[in-house]
Amino acid sequence: MRSDPADYQLIAPASLQAVVSLLAEEPGAWLPIAGGTDVMVLYAAGKLSASKLVSIWNLPELRHIEVLPDEIRIGAGCTYTDLREHEIVKREFPLLASAAGWTGGIANQNRGTLGGNIVNASPAADSLPALLAYEADLILVSVRGERRLPYLDFHTGYKQTKLAADELVQAICIPRRFSDYFSYTRKIGARNAQAISKVCIAALGRLAGGVVEEARIALGSVAPVPLRLAETERIVKGKRLEPPLLALARKTATAEIRPIDDIRSTMRYRSAVAGNLVAEFLERLSPGGPKT
Amino acid sequence: MTNDRIIGSSVPRKEGRDKVTGRAQYVDDMTLPHMLYGATVRSQIPRGRIRNITFGPEIPWDEFVIVSAKDIPGKNVVALIVDDQPCLADAVVNHPEEPILLLAHPDPHILPKAVAAITIEYDPLPAIFTIEESERSSEVIWGTDNTFKRYLVEKGNVDGIWEKADYVVEGEYRTGAQEQLYIENNGMIAAFDPLQGITVWGSLQCPYYVHKALMALCNLPADKVRVVQMETGGAFGGKEEYPSMIAAHAALLAIKSGRPVKIIYDRMEDMAATTKRHPSRTRHRTAVTKDGKILGGEVEFAVDGGAYATLSSVVLSRATIHAGGAYFWPNVRIRAKAVATNAPPHGAFRGFGAPQSLFALERHMDRIAQVVGLSPVEIRRRNFLKPEQTTTTEQTVREPIDLDQLLNHALELSDYHAKTDRFAKQNQVGGIRKGMGIAAFLHGAGFTGSGERYLSSLVGVEGCADGSVRVLVSSTEFGQGTKTVLCQIAAESLGLPYEDVGIAQADTNVVPNSGPTVASRTVMVVGKLVQSAALGIRQTLTQGGTLGESYSPEEFRSACQNHVATHGEFRSWARYEAPSDVFWDDEKYRGEAYAAFAWAVYIAEVTVDLTTCSASVDDFVALQEVGKVLHPVLARGQIAGGVAQGIGYTLYEKVVWQNGRMQNGQMTNYIMPTSADLPTIRVFFEEMGNIHGAFGAKGIGELPMDGPAPAIVNAVEDALKVRFDSIPLLPEDIFEALAADSERETEPQPAGGGR
Amino acid sequence: MTSSVENHVRCELSLTVNGERKNVRVYPMERLLDTLRHHLGLTGAKEGCGEGECGSCSVLMNGTLVNSCLIPVLQARDADIVTIEGLATGTRLSALQEAFLDCGGAQCGICTPGMILAASHLLNKKPEPTMEDIREGLSGNLCRCTGYIQIFQAVAEAARRRATT
Repeated sequence: MRSDPADYQLIAPASLQAVVSLLAEEPGAWLPIAGGTDVMVLYAAGKLSASKLVSIWNLPELRHIEVLPDEIRIGAGCTYTDLREHEIVKREFPLLASAAGWTGGIANQNRGTLGGNIVNASPAADSLPALLAYEADLILVSVRGERRLPYLDFHTGYKQTKLAADELVQAICIPRRFSDYFSYTRKIGARNAQAISKVCIAALGRLAGGVVEEARIALGSVAPVPLRLAETERIVKGKRLEPPLLALARKTATAEIRPIDDIRSTMRYRSAVAGNLVAEFLERLSPGGPKT
Repeated sequence: MTNDRIIGSSVPRKEGRDKVTGRAQYVDDMTLPHMLYGATVRSQIPRGRIRNITFGPEIPWDEFVIVSAKDIPGKNVVALIVDDQPCLADAVVNHPEEPILLLAHPDPHILPKAVAAITIEYDPLPAIFTIEESERSSEVIWGTDNTFKRYLVEKGNVDGIWEKADYVVEGEYRTGAQEQLYIENNGMIAAFDPLQGITVWGSLQCPYYVHKALMALCNLPADKVRVVQMETGGAFGGKEEYPSMIAAHAALLAIKSGRPVKIIYDRMEDMAATTKRHPSRTRHRTAVTKDGKILGGEVEFAVDGGAYATLSSVVLSRATIHAGGAYFWPNVRIRAKAVATNAPPHGAFRGFGAPQSLFALERHMDRIAQVVGLSPVEIRRRNFLKPEQTTTTEQTVREPIDLDQLLNHALELSDYHAKTDRFAKQNQVGGIRKGMGIAAFLHGAGFTGSGERYLSSLVGVEGCADGSVRVLVSSTEFGQGTKTVLCQIAAESLGLPYEDVGIAQADTNVVPNSGPTVASRTVMVVGKLVQSAALGIRQTLTQGGTLGESYSPEEFRSACQNHVATHGEFRSWARYEAPSDVFWDDEKYRGEAYAAFAWAVYIAEVTVDLTTCSASVDDFVALQEVGKVLHPVLARGQIAGGVAQGIGYTLYEKVVWQNGRMQNGQMTNYIMPTSADLPTIRVFFEEMGNIHGAFGAKGIGELPMDGPAPAIVNAVEDALKVRFDSIPLLPEDIFEALAADSERETEPQPAGGGR
Repeated sequence: MTSSVENHVRCELSLTVNGERKNVRVYPMERLLDTLRHHLGLTGAKEGCGEGECGSCSVLMNGTLVNSCLIPVLQARDADIVTIEGLATGTRLSALQEAFLDCGGAQCGICTPGMILAASHLLNKKPEPTMEDIREGLSGNLCRCTGYIQIFQAVAEAARRRATT
């Protein structure tokens, strides 16, 4: 344990209002901490630069799931376990439910939050490709009120987001229109549990009359930010999923991503596997293709 | 008392209740009054001269105890074999993380800041990091040629076989470093008293190794050094020699401060600074007939020992002796060496050299099979050692081992033939490839050659006031079941209930030196001495007239109580005596290397997913002949645990090095298998007995480490028809090999040697 | 470095541990693991990695399994904590503890407290777990000694025994 608790302040205001007021008083001075599964690891390693922390763990305003007719609103303070256990999330948003089950082990799923995963903004985060595929909206909150913005626009660079210094993510809104889409998601890690992903994919597709009506393909760990493969989606749209198209899709996907060599894996491996996963998604989407 | 009432049954683990209730006391659970916490300032460079040390002004240094090499009362050495390893670097550092200074303070939280506030300037020297760089000797970092030790084993006439060979098969095989990754990090508490001397409590395997090291370091006589083993949370060899270093550090701080000092490593420090399995390189060149019989061969084996000699010569010894495996070599030359690099010294890890040389051999056997055109099964059948044949060191196999039958049994248990047929068909289509792989091997138990004679282990059994009996050994429990099995042996020997036998905490003030808890020797060698010493207790009572020739447990209890009341607590001792027919030549490295070999055939079934290039083990059969199973649950647990570590060694665990320093020293980046990654490991035993072991047992602790790597890689090659000669074998490696192979497919096949 | 680093104050907080109300005076960012081990003398929870990977620090917090090395103690204010020391009733061990003893689920024992709590959490949610459930439920608890096999057997056995009592 390489940090001294005496060097840190941690307060736990009772309401979201109190938290955003604090953030407005001293923007950038207070680091919000929810479940702590990212922050406390840095802290123990002696690498936490913030010395003032404000707990947003278990704030009722952040930890609930609202099911509306057209969308689901997931409080940013919901844990992965909350997601895994929610009937609608399981049934209508399998990309997200699966990602929640892949993050850490049970103990970390009981504490890690969706909001934390978003704000930490690691390109390897498990739930972010799912949110890109579903085209979630984020509701951000500050003393200035709420604003809603498309999650697609949220990441601006490696670990950079549009979150203002005095803002929190309040909720994640996902439209309830994917029940009849084909869902495909896989995480490739160094082992079957408790692994940071080397590549992960969350994809949705729908065919109409044998051609691709819509394909949404999102990948993690292949760029500084989680990525939607806009170009790959464009070239398959409106076409039949035949072998030449799949080969082209694989090639296009490989060209769209920017994977790196790092301590976990290599650029070449990530590139090849990303291409394989895209191809596998499209194969399974095809009529008569294997579904599992 | 020969019927197996206790031996052979799964009695409760002696210290089990404490472990499942959280009462077991590990070193970090203990505090002493006025205790300080210690930390280590370590080298950030692989090699160089220390030019200057600056203490930053922001830290209240007067509150700290600071120790350097100059504070060492005795010799600045961690005494082991060669005595080349300093306890604290003085003028020169030879590896990253080498300890230079020690700090102690009442508040553990200030220590990381203090360590960070010390700036050390170096004049760097050129450093070397691989076996190849070391053997080139363009930079000599140790001795005259960077070589800690060499061995040469010669049998028959190797030079004469090549012209008779139908095939000459060559191969080079490599294994990487592996971190022991005991879940409890290294830790020690030391206290010093001018009258009593130094006492240390810690997580350790070998109390008397630490005892010897502290005597030399602190310049204290034997009765002024006391070493006490606490409950130890895993060791696997990683706490064989390293504890002497951390004990030395805690002791120095305790001596200088006059207060107890606790040093507990965190995971990052433990991974980066302490020992790992030796990386290895093996080159085989084998002469084979067209019938697949080995005429002989040359084996060149090398391990990377890191910066200091530590135990490399002994690891090398075991690797050398196991290099020929379970086969008959009529002629062989084995040249082995341990070389120095500027990495933290590598050390003991379960298997201790044998996993390295056996990986190479068992991969090579599959290579030979391919060249000759035989199956992996058949090539082994044609070369297995048989009773009355000799090993590579010319040790005669004196027991009726039938490896052919053992192989048959394993093939049956794993459904090998049906599966290989099925997989061959299934692999034609789809994105999954499956394969089966075999490893057949042996593992010698106990110290090599004259080692046990040199150890001269001493064991005691004590009659206690309450009529119970207590085992006195320095052999330690760290999960493998030492306490349980040694109590079983004593109880069985005396015809007493298991509950009437206890075992003393391993405290050098209380227990004799029964040798280190290593080399799979505890049950076999120490257990046999426990048996003798226990019988000695009985003899004292029967000769004293208080006990008849046959007796009930109650009668024993009474007699013992009476004897203690009259004469005080009494003990019986047993000292190791080498069997008279065991002969070992240390010069020629020839003779009876081990008192007993356990034999095994392991078979792995793997799946490779071509989408991700990741290999996983779906089924694993571990079949071994072990003399006698003294405790079924413990024995199965040992094999399953060892196989799990072997699977990690093969497919998951990679040490990422940069300039001699481990870069991935966190559990998030050094990947060991979770419960979601391992197959059901199916464990089976055969029992042939063993005259040299307690109740016929052979040592089995390390055996399971030898088989998984070659069995799995053989299976991956079977699945993919692509060659892999080094571990760890990660998906990235499989990917690169498949990519290269598909490029090669368009080129003509190279002639000769086969694939 | 300036001397303006404030040494922040400790705070008083209460939490229930193994059914007993405890009051501690701690820095809010002290790890729950350290509060349990140092202030409350409950050394059953262990530090194996300090990064939430090994699970040997696992405890139950308000009925859910958590890694106590990742929880600032302030967030455990008024929480209901169960550690390994709270599982046995007097000298009577829980079904899981007995099963671990009978099936060889504990070797060196360092992962055992966390492993038993993870198993307890699993059985509370899934009293009749499949082998897959057991593997998944324990996937955040690393064991280096057993290869997990006898741990799985112990959990399955405990489930069987709990069902028949």
